[in-house]
Amino acid sequence: MRLVVSFACGLVFAVGLAIAGMTNPAKVVGFLDVTGAWDPTLAFVMAGALGVYAVAWRFRRGLAAPVLGGAFPPRPGAIDARLLVGAAIFGIGWGISGYCPGPAVVSATVVPPAAAFVLAMLAGMALVDRIDPVLRATRLQPARES
Amino acid sequence: MFQALFGGMLIGLAAAGLLLGTGRVAGVSGITGGALAPRRGDWAWRACFLAGLVAGGLVMVRVVPGAFGTIPRTLPALVVAGLLVGVGTRIGGGCTSGHGVCGIGRGSPRSIAATATFMLTGAAAAFGVNHLLGGVL
Repeated sequence: MRLVVSFACGLVFAVGLAIAGMTNPAKVVGFLDVTGAWDPTLAFVMAGALGVYAVAWRFRRGLAAPVLGGAFPPRPGAIDARLLVGAAIFGIGWGISGYCPGPAVVSATVVPPAAAFVLAMLAGMALVDRIDPVLRATRLQPARES
Repeated sequence: MFQALFGGMLIGLAAAGLLLGTGRVAGVSGITGGALAPRRGDWAWRACFLAGLVAGGLVMVRVVPGAFGTIPRTLPALVVAGLLVGVGTRIGGGCTSGHGVCGIGRGSPRSIAATATFMLTGAAAAFGVNHLLGGVL
């Protein structure tokens, strides 16, 4: 059942991204470039998503555990240089291409440039996993749940 | 505008479903990265979520073909951008969905800082390509 829910959530997530305009990288760059012909509509995507999720997070407080078992995410840690450096690098790639991971995966089997982007993204992730001592250490720990 | 708001609400709904149902954060970079370097018992749900994303794309291209656009970028530019996104999200522990929606939605200071940072460098990169390189890269 957890797997069915995971699939269904991925499906709805993808439909939302496409309806929202996030699978149109030129539109995303038009949103990020505030100095040009700025297209502010993508701010509404974030507002809609945040609004619904914030309600769900409040609702979560009334639950001891997720409906299908497991555990809720741990409390977030402190802000550190690693977080900001990673986010800065990610933003540059996002601003160049108009693709962030979600819309890129959704578009990968539809638009060939997105497929190239996703392959490079997977290579980047695998590279960090291989050489980054922090991620290597977490991989040796047991999974949070089975 | 209403379309963007509605699409956003669907994204929020899907992320909320994953949280309340399974306790997982709907961060696409984290789910993907974790699937690449899986730990025992932690792979199947990630694969199912990613399969849902791909299936959603295949459905939507039939329903609303115009939803999928392209951008004037050469293959090397896309590859470099993909590498930066892969490396950056793995180091920074999240992307637009994990930090921007789920993290801010729960009021995480880390995610607010990360989102402000990638919006800023994203805006700078978009500005650079559009105004210094003439919109093509």
